[in-house]
Order: sequence, then structure tokens, then C-alpha cells
Amino acid sequence: MNKYVERLYNGIIKENPTFVLMLGMCPTLAVTSSAINGLGMGLSTTVVLILSNMIISAFRKVIPNGVRMPAYIVIVASLVTIVQFMMAAYLPSLSAALGVYIPLIVVNCIILGRAESYASKNDVVSSAFDGIGMGLGFTLGLTMIGLIREILGAGTAFNVALSELPGPTFGASGLSVIGLVIAVVAIVLLVLVALQIKKKGGNPLTTLGAVALGIVAVVGFIAFLGKAFTSMTIFIMAPGAFLVLAFLVAMMNIIRDQMEHKGTPLAKPSGCISGDCASCSMHGNCADEAAKSENQ
Amino acid sequence: MSDLYHVSSAPHVRQKDSTSKIMLLVILALLPATAFGIYNFGARALLLILLTVGSCVLSEFVFNVIVHKKNTIDDLSAVVTGLLLALNLPVSLPWWEAVLGGAFAIIIVKMLFGGLGQNFMNPALGARCFLLIAFAADMTNFNCDAYTGATPLALIRNEGLAAVDLKAMLYGTTAGTIGETSVIAILIGAIILIMTGVIDMKIPGAYLGSFALFILIFGGHGFDGAYLTAQLCGGGLMLGAFFMATDYVTSPITPSGKIIFGICCGILTGLFRLFGANAEGVSFAIILSNLLVPIIEKFTVPMAFGVKKEGKKNE
Repeated sequence: MNKYVERLYNGIIKENPTFVLMLGMCPTLAVTSSAINGLGMGLSTTVVLILSNMIISAFRKVIPNGVRMPAYIVIVASLVTIVQFMMAAYLPSLSAALGVYIPLIVVNCIILGRAESYASKNDVVSSAFDGIGMGLGFTLGLTMIGLIREILGAGTAFNVALSELPGPTFGASGLSVIGLVIAVVAIVLLVLVALQIKKKGGNPLTTLGAVALGIVAVVGFIAFLGKAFTSMTIFIMAPGAFLVLAFLVAMMNIIRDQMEHKGTPLAKPSGCISGDCASCSMHGNCADEAAKSENQ
Repeated sequence: MSDLYHVSSAPHVRQKDSTSKIMLLVILALLPATAFGIYNFGARALLLILLTVGSCVLSEFVFNVIVHKKNTIDDLSAVVTGLLLALNLPVSLPWWEAVLGGAFAIIIVKMLFGGLGQNFMNPALGARCFLLIAFAADMTNFNCDAYTGATPLALIRNEGLAAVDLKAMLYGTTAGTIGETSVIAILIGAIILIMTGVIDMKIPGAYLGSFALFILIFGGHGFDGAYLTAQLCGGGLMLGAFFMATDYVTSPITPSGKIIFGICCGILTGLFRLFGANAEGVSFAIILSNLLVPIIEKFTVPMAFGVKKEGKKNE
């Protein structure tokens, strides 16, 4: 695989910052109350991440090791300030929705983590692709969480109300025929996929398909209920973020297991941020390396 | 090998009790409240009960099939969860929300944590709280064919004690969730459970006692018997104290722990009812106390016979 494509694949699937590295959880849980918010937050982080990776990589031989953290922070903070004012000028409503989480990108673990573990050791172009991959992975994670929370919590997807599908209705409360058809077809396909998984064992594609069909079935059901659907406010509030994140992480783990089972060995998550193993959440994954380096 | 010669290490279980037998007794004890709920609110109550029970049992079955576990629906605990959940729902709740609640109770609160015996909070109450937050408007809408208007507790809170009829609260001909209204029907069930030894009075006693004390001190009505009775008979307190707080899995196992647990429930319920935003607080109080159970058990481990206290070594 091309080394740049590998960086993209690494960021989006293999070391997805949201579902695998579990970095940047604070904005992940706080701003994903709708798909647009998740997308906006993800893309602004991506922009900062690409630029900061490039600048830090370009200056990696100049920055003295002892003050590298303050230097990174200055670079990231300048970029964030630029993004913040650009956003306030051109996307004021998104800027208002994301609020304090835009300035807080400065201390986002993903950005400092990539600076420390990748950009400070690699050339500018690779670092840029690493930033694109990680940023898109983060955006994907945030948008998916936001989309599911928005569908369940508000009955809309990207601000389009699911209850106002066109087409014929029946019943006293106006149940939608199209919604019913979508839901039934999705459920039938889901059962077929499930049987397929039972017969031949699952692979990443069927698992992804099953998740997608499940979401489509829920969308169809909400459209079917139409006006009778009551949005589940719990998914807009904080507990919903935890529930949705937990399910998506579980799905990601199933897919990763199946990929490894199929013979694509996945590297353990790497990306030591501070070198301080004791206080690192990824400590368990690199116990071997830590033991090795102690022996040397 | 013949049972007669079956030799195993201690303890030798002579008791004929099994999970399904205890669950059957709980279902039996819930029947008076269930029957009264159906009588009070009409056929839709029966429909909701059947839907939630069906949803719970089906969720447990499907979950076990998917994760290749031995099927556990014949221990009847899913039926108890479904029934308890239905008794905690207002009769006007849309059907699909009730079904969703049943699935949430079994899959998320119970099975994902390892099934019966591993769940950290009462599944029925967990689902009720989920529904209460998710569908706040539907879950607090007690208007139905039989009654319009607020529950007795809300009436006491908003219009004062004169607005409620104590006798009706005792019999249960008031607005409320399907199973919580009739104190008499719940007490019949509670007596069945106590007589058969399924529950003892420690948790309900400590719960109701500490709650009554809290109301007397902070209720602002002094020693007004009518106000105290109304608070005791109103809302889900009786159902919660006898059927939910006493859940084996989510209450402490030690005798002194049970009393501490009951007091926690009582004080929290009093706090939520008197100083909270809503008129009712039983389900949140019991769930919060459920979370305290591991700590309570840790500090109330009984002294083993013959073991000296650590501080009193070698006098």
C-alpha cells in the first residue's frame, strides 16, 4: 500500500481516534447532539490538525526537545484562533452551537498526540496525510454519533425531519406508507444478512451492512410513525452520547476482530503521548514494549 | 448414579426453592395490583402489560440466541421485569414506547451486564427512568378514559391536601401509573411475599419508616396524620418499597446493609418529593440506592463466628 494511502487508512479505520484510540472524548460527547454539529466540529479539528502537523513537522529539527510542548501549543493555538474567527465570520450559527469547544481544540489530545507521536518524527507530506487521515477519522466518528443521536433524539437527520416524508398515509394519526416499506425492507434484508453471518461467519462487510440496515430500519420506523413519533430527549442529553458511543465502539471492535480473524493483523494502538506509561490510558497495549525498553 | 449415593462437598442444598419458583411467587403477589389496574384503567392497561411482558421475554430470548448463551427465559425473571415495568407506566403511553422500554430493561440493563444476578440496577426501574427522561411528556401524562387531571401527589404539591380524597387513594381509584394506585392491592401482594418468606420486612420497613420520619420533619405539616398518610399512599412508594427495593440482585445481602439501604431509599425519596422538581421520586431514589449497594455491602460484612475484631487483638 502507498505510504500516504496507508496514513489515511490508519487514521480512518485502524487507529480511528474516536472508536479505537478513544482520544478527544470531551468534544466527542459534548457537541455531537446533531450530525451537523459533529461534522462541523470534526472538520474544524481536521483543518487545525493538518496545518499543525505540517508546521510542527517542518520545524521538527528546530524546536528544542526541552520546550517542545509549549512550542506545539503556541502553533496549535495560533491555528485555532484563525479557525475560530473564520468560523465566527462565515458560519456564525455553527460557531454559536459549538461554543467553547472551538477554542478548546487547542488542548485536544488528538492534535497534541499526533504532533508528539507522528509529526515530530516524520516528513511534512506524510504528516499532512496523517493529519488528513486522523481528522477524517475523527470527523467520521463525530458525524456518526451526531447522526444517530439526532435521529433518535429529534427525529431529524441533517436537519431534515423524518416525519414529513411525502407519499400516501393511512390510519388516524397519518402513518406513512413509504416509511413502513423502508422499515420492512430493511428488516427483511437485516434478517437475510444475519442468516448469512450465521451460516458463513461474519466479515467486516456484512457487519457494516447489518449496522447500516439497522439504522435504515430505525429511520423507516420513525418515518412510519410520522407525527406519532415522540423524540427521545435522552439521546440529545448527555447519557445518550455515552449510550451511542458505547454501541459504536462495540461495533468497531467486532469489525476489528473480524478483520484480524480474516488475516489482516491490526497493529496495537500506538501513539505514546508523554512517554509516561503509568498515567497513559493505552498503557496495557504497549506493556511489552515498555518491558523491552527497560531491559535495554 | 442414583441420587441416594450422590456425594458432594458442602453445602448440601435441601431447599426446594429455585429462581423460577420465587419469580412465580412474585408474579402471584403482583396479580392483585395488576387486576386492579386493569379494572381501574380498562382494557388498554391489559394490552400494555401484555406488550411489555412480551417485549421483555422476546428480548431475552433473542439476545441469548444471538450471543449463543443458554436460554434463560424459563426462570420467569423477564416476566417479572415486564410486569413490574408495565405497572409503572401510565396507561396512555404509546404502545411502541412501552415495547422499547421492555427491550431496554432486558438488553441494556440486564443482559449486557451478564444477565440475572449481575445487573447493577433493577431492570424495570432502569427502563422506567430511561422512558421518564426520553419521553418526559408521555410518561407524566396521566389523562385517560377513566381519569383526567393530575395524580394525587401532584395535587397535594400544587393545590394542597384538601384536593385529594384519602379513601380513594387507599382503594386506588385515582389517576397514576397502572399498578401503583391501589395501596390495598399492593399490600395484599406484600403480605403474600412476606408470608412465603420471599422478602423480609427489613428493607420495606426501613424505607417506609425513614421516609415517614423525613416527611414529619421536613414536610412542613408537623404531625398531621392525613398528610403523612397521603404521602405514604401516594405515587409509587408502596409498589417501590415492597416489590422493587427488595429485588434480591440489587439490594444488599447483609442484614444491617438492608436497613441502611432502606434508609437511603427513604431519605432520597423524601428529598426528591419535597425539594425536587417533580412530585414523584421513588424510581430515581431506588436506582441511586442500587448504585450504593456495593459500598454498603463492603462496610457491613458481618463478623465471622470466632474471629476477633482487629482492634482487640491479644488483650
